[in-house]
Amino acid sequence: MVIPHDFEYVRPNTLEEATRALADCSGSAQVLAGGTDLVAWLRDDAVHPDLVVDIKAIDGLRDLAVADRTMTVGSLVTFTDLMESSVVAEHAPLLSEAAETVASPGIRNRATVVGNICSAVPSCDAGPVLLAYDAHVHLVGPEGFRSVPIEAWFVGLRQTARREDEIVTHLTMELPTHGGCYVKLMRYGGEDLAQAAVAIVVDDAHDYRIAFGAVAPTPVRAHAVEDAIRGRAPTEDVIAEAVAMVRSEISPINDLRATAEYRAHMCEVMLARGLVAADQRRNGDGPEYRTRLI
Amino acid sequence: MQVTITVNGESWDLDVAPADVLLDVLREQIGVKSPKIGCERGDCGSCTVLLDRRTVRSCLVLAVEVEGHEVTTVEGIGADRLSDLQELFITLNSFQCGFCAPGIVLSATELLDENPNPDRHDVQEALSGNLCRCTGYEPIIDAVLAVGQRSGEVTP
Repeated sequence: MVIPHDFEYVRPNTLEEATRALADCSGSAQVLAGGTDLVAWLRDDAVHPDLVVDIKAIDGLRDLAVADRTMTVGSLVTFTDLMESSVVAEHAPLLSEAAETVASPGIRNRATVVGNICSAVPSCDAGPVLLAYDAHVHLVGPEGFRSVPIEAWFVGLRQTARREDEIVTHLTMELPTHGGCYVKLMRYGGEDLAQAAVAIVVDDAHDYRIAFGAVAPTPVRAHAVEDAIRGRAPTEDVIAEAVAMVRSEISPINDLRATAEYRAHMCEVMLARGLVAADQRRNGDGPEYRTRLI
Repeated sequence: MQVTITVNGESWDLDVAPADVLLDVLREQIGVKSPKIGCERGDCGSCTVLLDRRTVRSCLVLAVEVEGHEVTTVEGIGADRLSDLQELFITLNSFQCGFCAPGIVLSATELLDENPNPDRHDVQEALSGNLCRCTGYEPIIDAVLAVGQRSGEVTP
């Protein structure tokens, strides 16, 4: 089986060339980084671009560093890069924890974090974590640079705030001293998409940021839950209060990986366990990062 | 488009279309048949190759993307003599039909390059993207673990 449509391919060396190629394209264009989604979609004929712009030869898109508590993740950073980075493990451990659950090594070596949120499928593992880290997505287009808060990024099923002539350059996250977790429910402990997922960040003031994945058309931030328990340690009562609110924050569906009811129930279980683990980790104890909580 | 790709140490000048996938180019133009056509969507791992020493799914890579990069398949790994891993695959009966074996050997080779003495969990994790429908995986895991144990032995 081959890719059923021909297209033009360019591999520019600078962002200027890349944005010009996108702007000059009279038909539709796709940006290519790792290609683990795009090539599969090309083959399925789900996308049929006239032009594919490969951004892998552009310098400066591989940053992975922390300065003044702000982490930068370039748009060519792969999930393997996240897993192997001591900087990420120290400052943004939820990124390492989520990266390890993505597909398998042969995909993680190629797939980028930014590509994951550009594809924007409901189960994307980077989505909940970046929501919990309150990330900003930085883009460049014909009108210059702009940034989009991650909450405004996911606008629908496989739809993002990126305009067709824009390229994501990097993500930034301001990281408080925090504990947290990424809990992913899968059918088996190997390569699988999330049936449901939750990311939790808690800081020293017990200010929480909570986001769910695979239980709505986009990853969703659970503001109502956060507001209800802000400032309080996750005691049994606080957890019960949080858990009681979960179903009004999500809208899961039935599909081949799980029923809506199972997803909703497991979101409650994962939130309860996750709140405890996140707070323990903030204290420097609890289960190590990258050990599965479910 | 004209591209130059290095496959198993040999340089190839090829004429490919942008829509040509690396897997098909390896098999049809270059004649390297160990990467298998399985699911063609990145799930089964039978098309695994090493790209600059890291495993990738050759069904999800365009041939034009690997211009200037180095592709290695099992033909390259076992060219002069079988690797320890390949020998142990034979000794321990680690494959039956053999369809998944090239991909699994490459995934395990990547693991052993980075971690010469992996534990069982490391091996399972490294092979999590390679499906085998014959063996039930146990003899495969045994072979990879045995390479690690061998590497730990002191040569007299």
